[in-house]
Amino acid sequence: MGTQGKQILDLRLTGVERLHERYVLLRAVNPEGALPPMMAGQFAQLRVDGSAGTFLRRPISIHFVDEERQEVWFLVQTVGEGTRALARLSAGDTLNAVLPLGRGFTPAREGERLLLVGGGVGVAPLLQLGKETQRAGAEVTFLLGARSAEDLLQLPLFERYGRVFVTTEDGTAGERGFVTQHSLLSAERFSRIAVCGPKPMMVAVARYAKSSGTPCEVSLENMMACGVGACLCCVEDTTEGHVCVCTEGPVFNIERLKWQI
Amino acid sequence: MADLRVNIGALELRNPVLTASGTFGYGLEFEDFVDLSELGGVIVKGTTLQPRQGNAYPRMAETAQGMLNCVGLQNKGVDYFCQHIYPRLTHDTQFVVNVSGSSPEDYAECAARVAGLERIRAIELNISCPNVRDGGMAFGTSPEAAASVVEAVRQAYPKTLIVKLSPNVTDIVSIARAVEAAGADAVSLINTLMGMAIDAERRRRVLSIGTGGLSGPAVKPVALRMVWQVAHAVSIPVIGLGGISTATDAVEFLLAGATAVEVGTANFLDPAISVKIVRGIDEYLTRHGYASVKDIIGICE
Ligand SMILES: Cc1cc2nc3c(=O)[nH]c(=O)nc-3n(C[C@H](O)[C@H](O)[C@H](O)COP(=O)(O)OP(=O)(O)OC[C@H]3O[C@@H](n4cnc5c(N)ncnc54)[C@H](O)[C@@H]3O)c2cc1C
Ligand SMILES: Cc1cc2nc3c(=O)[nH]c(=O)nc-3n(C[C@H](O)[C@H](O)[C@H](O)COP(=O)(O)O)c2cc1C
Ligand code: FES
Repeated sequence: MGTQGKQILDLRLTGVERLHERYVLLRAVNPEGALPPMMAGQFAQLRVDGSAGTFLRRPISIHFVDEERQEVWFLVQTVGEGTRALARLSAGDTLNAVLPLGRGFTPAREGERLLLVGGGVGVAPLLQLGKETQRAGAEVTFLLGARSAEDLLQLPLFERYGRVFVTTEDGTAGERGFVTQHSLLSAERFSRIAVCGPKPMMVAVARYAKSSGTPCEVSLENMMACGVGACLCCVEDTTEGHVCVCTEGPVFNIERLKWQI
Repeated sequence: MADLRVNIGALELRNPVLTASGTFGYGLEFEDFVDLSELGGVIVKGTTLQPRQGNAYPRMAETAQGMLNCVGLQNKGVDYFCQHIYPRLTHDTQFVVNVSGSSPEDYAECAARVAGLERIRAIELNISCPNVRDGGMAFGTSPEAAASVVEAVRQAYPKTLIVKLSPNVTDIVSIARAVEAAGADAVSLINTLMGMAIDAERRRRVLSIGTGGLSGPAVKPVALRMVWQVAHAVSIPVIGLGGISTATDAVEFLLAGATAVEVGTANFLDPAISVKIVRGIDEYLTRHGYASVKDIIGICE
């Protein structure tokens, strides 16, 4: 455990960009030097300063690592007091982070065809995953779902790493409906699927994966306190009983979960 | 540097700072952040005779300056601990096993199995877990029941026996006196305060079993008052905990009469806080001209 290299860092924000009313992109560097190595699907526990109602740290996925600039990016949806306080930060501010935490997605092998499915802010870990997957010599296809066209985030960046298909619930971009209704799923087959998004969406994709015999990993968002496997608050019921999402996950193969799929 | 050493019965601590059960894993989870040998000790996760799955998710709710949990003693059982975890606990610090059970026999058998482990020189008896139905806090809420468990364990466990008290009682002093009379070498307090959280939007209780134990800065004044009361009523050492997040908090517990302190929920906010508290206590002693931490125990007027 001592070898995983988790660190508590006072990161310095280099950019805070409002992508949309409810989403903010935080970019940060480690003023003390390089960032520790991080993998797609891993997360950070961010300390929220200046919000009296926020006691615990907030788990946020590694959205992207810009190796050249040694920048780590976080894509945050404002849903409550803690995330709103994060969105109020400005460039130059300090962001205290514990990272990298958890186990990410299984790295791709050359020649694999990966389908990366994201819904809402669940697209966050998929950008880094797309980059790593492409770099491994595997083929990347993104299928991203959102309520409306304006909720589709970072599309030009996703396009750098693979084909991008989208669905919106109101039909303002891509195909109308949910990701699981997209025509791509009946037209093509993939060697593996990786999913992150709201639970009903992940369950629906897991069902498709199971019925089509495609191995599938999902990234869970259980509520966390410590983020390091100490408090046992974040457990998911699995085939091996209760396991900590923060250390055994957040990424799980659907075969390990007890979901009704 | 001041002399930070303290004794809890026969247990010698390098300094008065331990980490609280259920908040620091087995210590191994924090090795990236903390040099465990800088701590007085590590009190490991609640351990029971049989493996336990604990309660269903959700087990946590954030509150004002604190949190509720209803983990419910999830652990792989004492035999798993002895065979698989104990061999990894080779660090130069005191590892203390937190023992729980559902009957006096259970507690005693669990303690007996831990007694055989050479590097474990103390156990902390948890008679105060508010999150399990069968036992736990039931033993910590009456002097008679508390004494019955402590007597049973005392016969099975020759090393240092610390008994962890529940704050969910009307008179904690009577419980502390009862466990002292039953042979405890020390008491630690407080465990969590029973509480509840309701989600107004969804009109339902947040935690899977409805209630949970409150911890964090929110409970500190209650904990401090109880430590003061108990320290003035018993002659065995008292270990104080409940909401300690800074060295000043820790010093307050020492002044109230605690010989050592435990740091719990604060480990979640800053995984390196325990060693910072050790250094802060040292700074406090130096700043006020005390040669030893023992000089400030219980001196609050
Ligand atoms: C491993 C992991 C990775 C995550 N990655 C991201 C990310 O990259 N970007 C992002 O925006 N969010 C992410 N989340 C979710 C994020 O942690 C929560 O949205 C955040 O903690 C909410 O804090 P708050 O104070 O704003 O809201 P609160 O006031 O705490 O809650 C507001 C609402 O959000 C819900 N909520 C709170 N915590 C969670 C949670 N953990 N999961 C789902 N719903 C929650 C509450 O039930 C409530 O309805 C991730 C969660 C986990 C566990
Ligand atoms: C998530 C969690 C799990 C806990 N598990 C245990 C346990 O297994 N045994 C025990 O005696 N106390 C347990 N406790 C109680 C703490 O050890 C401590 O008594 C309490 O949290 C008050 O201290 P604090 O405010 O510093 O956290 C737990 C507390 C928390 C928050
Ligand atoms: S959040 Fe504490 S164990 Fe996972």
